[in-house]
Formats: sequence, structure tokens, C-alpha cells
Amino acid sequence: MKKKYSIFSIAKNALKGHKDWPKMWRSPEPREFYDVIIIGGGGHGLGTAYYLAKEHGLKNIAVIEKGWLGGGNTGRNTTIIRSNYLWDDSAHLYEHSLKLWENLSTELNYNVMFSQRGVMNLAHNEHDIKEIKRRVSANNLNGIDSLWLSKEEIQKKVPIMNTDNLRYPVLGASYQPRGGTARHDAVAWGFAMRADEMGVDIIQNCEAHQIKTKNGKIEGVETSKGFIRANKVGVVASGHTGVLAETAGIRLPLQSKPLQALVSEPIKPIIDTVVMSSAVHAYVSQSDKGELVIGAGTDGYNSFTQRGGFDIIEETVRAMVELYPVFGKMKMLRQWGGIVDICPDASPIISKCDVEGLFFNCGWGTGGFKATPGSANVFAHTIAKNEAHQINSAFNLDRFASGKLVDEHGAAAVAH
Amino acid sequence: MLVIDCPYCGPRDQSEFSNGGEAHVKRPDGSAEIGDREWGEYVFIRANPKGIFYERWVHSHGCRKWFNCVRDTSTDEILKIYKIDEERPKLDSFKNNVKTPSGEPNLGSGNFTVKK
Repeated sequence: MKKKYSIFSIAKNALKGHKDWPKMWRSPEPREFYDVIIIGGGGHGLGTAYYLAKEHGLKNIAVIEKGWLGGGNTGRNTTIIRSNYLWDDSAHLYEHSLKLWENLSTELNYNVMFSQRGVMNLAHNEHDIKEIKRRVSANNLNGIDSLWLSKEEIQKKVPIMNTDNLRYPVLGASYQPRGGTARHDAVAWGFAMRADEMGVDIIQNCEAHQIKTKNGKIEGVETSKGFIRANKVGVVASGHTGVLAETAGIRLPLQSKPLQALVSEPIKPIIDTVVMSSAVHAYVSQSDKGELVIGAGTDGYNSFTQRGGFDIIEETVRAMVELYPVFGKMKMLRQWGGIVDICPDASPIISKCDVEGLFFNCGWGTGGFKATPGSANVFAHTIAKNEAHQINSAFNLDRFASGKLVDEHGAAAVAH
Repeated sequence: MLVIDCPYCGPRDQSEFSNGGEAHVKRPDGSAEIGDREWGEYVFIRANPKGIFYERWVHSHGCRKWFNCVRDTSTDEILKIYKIDEERPKLDSFKNNVKTPSGEPNLGSGNFTVKK
């Protein structure tokens, strides 16, 4: 049954005391065989299942998730969405995603709270100015809205920012008006609900243990709920993708590190855009609840502990207090870490591999949330057609042999 | 955050050190002859296990010497630190807490070393 949300359904259910809302998705036991198994029930994985069912007519699909939906990096990021990347390949991929974001709430009939409040990337030195202006021009050539803001224009938009009286003064910024934020777990839930309606089995608490192959062809996945056969398997397990690939004898160019974020106590609206600074490493936005959402960096070593070191938080908070002295006495409510998989060129891998029927969507590193619908959309295409979509053709595994990398370290830095 | 026992200076705060990634990586012989793929693997691909990991550290803000370390990446527990010219310690002398590829240790990831 198609679940429709409208002002009438809210009113009707309010009168009934909110007792009759239907379950958003089933909780089926796994079947013996699926055409496609997606490992990883985050936004990218659920979105892939959704687009496979919707655009490619596949119905016998399972998404297996070791925990709960959106409990990994989908629910751990700082929800920033933008597409102002330097190179053509990345710009096209992230812009494809941003266009899907703009219509996602309508398409899913589920409010993902996408808010185009603009994203600012600050410049703190001469080199930053040159790099950021170059990126603004590159964005404009790719048809992406991006503009250069002077210090005065920044002060007008964000009056609480300390632009002058600090070690690394604010000299200007790039600004993407169409960028913004969204509610991250709503994205997973929206995709899950609509995929479930089209017959996709979403199986939670089902951990993938081993990817089984035979004669260079995929056989299925050994899980905590038994062996499930499949024609095709897509691995979208963020930090754990490399670990799963290893079980199929495949080595991926990924390193897993904890990336941290923190939120403050809720306050009245004080900042109505997203401000990022790669140079001093601080980025902040304010959630609809009023909490400041602050992104910190990755630890300097590989780890799978979803926690991260305190020194990383200290560094970020230091920069925050200098940029926004008014935040100096605020209390932080929560801090957490997620395990991100980082590629040598800071660009993702959306690709098939040597094993027939095995596909990877990984390497999103510190900035995969913004790409959720776009990544899912082109990954579904790649799985269904056995070949890359034009948009993700550069993000293949072969680039680590050919050397044709998509180096986004500069445009992305850690504040991806 | 780790306390790292530098083999030359003793236990120090992790902020004094920098991580150098996987240890014992050998440059392939005959690099002029080998194919792009094998060379690409040497340049770009490093081990990324959840569990026992052999890695390098350098005491950047101390003696500036490099050394090797065996750490469990699922708990951040440092199992052994040894000098750069020492033999790679044997795997079976370490207890691996990881049961499945994505499994967590019994005591909960991250808090393991604290609770222990």
C-alpha cells in the first residue's frame, strides 16, 4: 500500500492520537536468492535499491544492514550539501546529486527537510583566495552557481563572525546559494519506505560476514542470518567496505579513519547559512532544533573505533571560538565518530571490479552525504547495466593503475 | 587518544607523534618491468584491516625517530612497539578480539582500552 503523507493525513492521525500510522517498511526474513543484494542500509545503499527498482525494473532486491537503517555514517555526518567541486568529473557527479536533492522530498513524498541556505567556504590567506577564486570560475564554467564574497559581504551574511581579530583573518569566501543541509536520517527512511513499497526486502540486524565468489563470479553473501545467493552484489558499507572486499580477495585503495562531529545545546537562530573553513578546520551550521552542528576532522591513523581522539575536537573547537567568539561559553551536548573510507585522491569509487557481478560504491571519505541521491542513482545504473553511467565513468577502480586520478584534496580538504 | 611508548623516549602523548601508515611495505623488484596495475597497487593500496595492523609512527615532536607498532584497529589497543630494524612480530602472539569482518569487540569499540 502506498503511504501518502499530507496535511490531511496528519490531521486525521492527530485526531486518532497518532496510533494508526502504518509501519514505514516491512521486516522480512531473507529469501534464499536475490537478483541484487546491497550490503549497507545507509542512504547510499537504500537509494541504490530504490533506483534499481524504480528506474531499472528490478524487483528481487535485498538491502542487508548490520545495525539499524541510517545508523552508520548516514546518521553521523554534518548534513552539508553542495556541489562546488573543482574538477569536471566531480562537479558533474555532485551537481547531478544536488539536482536530485532539489526534488527529493516531492519524489519520495517524504520531507527530507532539504534547506538551501547556502554554503560558504572561507579564505584565510593569499593562496586560499587564488584557489577559491579558481574554483568559483571552474564551477561557473560547469554551470554551477558559485560566487566570490568579499569580507564585507561575509560580515553582512554572518554578523557574528570575527573576520579581523584572529590569527588567520577572513579575507573572502566562495558561496554556493543552492547548497545547504538536509535531515540525514530522513533521507534513509524516505528511500527505505519507497523501496519497500516496490518490493525491496530491507533486512536489518543482518551482518555480512563474507562475500563468496566462484571462478571469478559472485555467488552470494554469507550473513549472520545464513547464506544468501545473488546474481549481483553491491557493497556500500563506507568504512567497512575494504574489510568486506578483502573477504572476496579484493584489495581496495581505502584507509578507514574516524571522523568526528559534535553538536551544542540548542539556541535561538544565530547563523542561517553553512560556513566552512578548510584552512583553520571548522565548519558549522545550525539545525532546525537550534543546535550548532560542528564538523571536526579525521584522526591521523587508521581505526575502526567509532569515537576518535579528543585532540581533534580541541583543534576544531579552538578554531570555532576564534572565528565566533560569541560561541565561547556554549556547552556541547554530544560528540561522536563515524568510520570513513578515504581514497588516495579524495574521490569516490563507483565501479565494477574483476569479479563478475560484484560492485563497489565507496571511498566517499569525509564527504559522502551530499552525494547520496546522485551516488545511488548512478550506482543503480552501474549495477543494472554492468557498466558505468557517463557521470561515474571516471570514478572507476582502473584509475589507480592508469594514474588518471580525480584529485579533490584541494577543493575538499578535510572539510569535505 | 593514545599514549605511545616511544622505544627511545618512553611513553608520550600521541600528539607528539605522526602516523606513517602500513609498515613492512616492500617496493617491488624490477619496477621498470612491472605493469601499471602492479605498480599502482604498490603506490596506492595499503592494508586496512579491522583488527591487527602493523604500522609505522614517527616521534615528530620528540626524537624524530621512526619505529613500528602493532595495534588492534578495532579497539585502538597498542599490542607491541618495536624498532624499525626489528623482525615483524608473529601474529599468533596477539589475541584478536574481532570475531567477524565487521564485528565489534565484546567490550564495545573505542571504550575497550579504557574499560580494560
